[in-house]
Amino acid sequence: MNVKKKMTPEEYAAYVKNVTPVHSVPLNMVKAFFTGGFICAAAQAFLYILTENGVEREAAASWTTLFLIVTAVLLTGLNLFSKIVSFGGAGALVPITGFANSVAAPAIEYKKEGQVFGIGCKIFTIAGPVILYGTFTSWVLGILYCLFQWTNIYWA
Amino acid sequence: MKGNVFQRGKASIGFEEGPLIIGCASVAGKKEGEGPLGELFDVIEPDPMVGRETWEQAESALQKEAADLAIERAGLVRSEVRYLFAGDLLSQLIATSFGTVDLEVPVFGLYGACSTIGEALCLGAMTVEAGYADYVMAMSSSHFASAEKQFRFPLEYGNQRPFSATWTVTGCGSFILGKKGGHVRISGITPGKIVDMGLKDSMNMGACMAPAACDTICRNLKDFGREPGDYDRIITGDLGQVGRRILLDFMRNNGYSIRERHTDCGIEVFDSEAQDTHAGGSGCGCSAIVLAAYILPKLASGEWRRVLFVPTGALLSSVSFNEGQSVPGIAHGVVLEHA
Repeated sequence: MNVKKKMTPEEYAAYVKNVTPVHSVPLNMVKAFFTGGFICAAAQAFLYILTENGVEREAAASWTTLFLIVTAVLLTGLNLFSKIVSFGGAGALVPITGFANSVAAPAIEYKKEGQVFGIGCKIFTIAGPVILYGTFTSWVLGILYCLFQWTNIYWA
Repeated sequence: MKGNVFQRGKASIGFEEGPLIIGCASVAGKKEGEGPLGELFDVIEPDPMVGRETWEQAESALQKEAADLAIERAGLVRSEVRYLFAGDLLSQLIATSFGTVDLEVPVFGLYGACSTIGEALCLGAMTVEAGYADYVMAMSSSHFASAEKQFRFPLEYGNQRPFSATWTVTGCGSFILGKKGGHVRISGITPGKIVDMGLKDSMNMGACMAPAACDTICRNLKDFGREPGDYDRIITGDLGQVGRRILLDFMRNNGYSIRERHTDCGIEVFDSEAQDTHAGGSGCGCSAIVLAAYILPKLASGEWRRVLFVPTGALLSSVSFNEGQSVPGIAHGVVLEHA
């Protein structure tokens, strides 16, 4: 009666994969396309409004980024952001909104554990890897760039 | 090996008298209250915080409420309950510790993941049957938000759940066992062993636990010399749709067809389409509230005569998962009969 002997872990994993339903990728892509498209269109409209009203192009871009971040954080606080992601997936996450949500959500959840050990220690539990490896990657690229310069290899 | 007549097979026990479930209570959250079993729960808590400050305190509040209601239903007072067997999903069982402190009942804190109520009923039944206590209580709870926080992500974090994922039930089920009164008897038990098929997907816990459920059900049938037809229902804890499919396949490979008589508390508790819960409900509270609100009344009325109740648990922690360990499963079998 030992079920374990009848299947290896690999066989079992393959069998489980076979019987587990998965999301439809094309449908998810369509939803993500329109959700992401809507967010970007809204941001673009915001940018136009600023530039039309005499804000410099570069400053307007910064304000637009800020607009996306603040909106995502607000929606997170109102418990609406996770519902949007549940529908739109990466379409809602890839614009900077996903990063804002991943910082705001732990801040809300761990507030109860205190300013230091709660928010302080845990605010980057999700975004931490992105920040660490993002910084690290830019550092590595910086070194490489430096080396190329020294060896007089010109590029880009 | 020569055992006494109560020891059946390698690990089952057939009780001579069998303790009775003389009182029970189910306290459920709002979402559970909106599910197909909504009308059956004793109490539905509309506030996910239950008027407390944190998710963990809220879960403790559910325990306290369920414990007191079950004691009242059994016609007892707190001091008459000799021992409490209880558990939850949180680290170091904090929902139980803080939820039961006011009861002033000696407590055995149990961890069997979502199978905890099965473990509690097994131990409680053994204690009462042996005469070590006149009345004991078995209880387990879970809370969607405290479980998400501990095992997955902060609540407001946006992500897409796969179809195999389950939704942790907010609720607590509590049961008083004794020798007199009540219409449901625990006639036997088949404690579960840990079964590890090497699966590592914590978002597909039904598949992690199904082999353990199969093992326990097969051992139960063998130890008691029964066929699936001897049970009106075989009810697993929180396998969900994916786990159910696997369990039925595995049982068939072992020569048993249980399709008609199998159901799963996780599948019963939510309407997966309307409530967007995907594979079903899960958590310590899932099988406990479904047992109290749905299964026991049907046994008490005699609609079902004998049921094999098999709460299932996935034995992982966020540490074991991050360290690349598999997710082993466990399932405890409890034979419930109309009395």
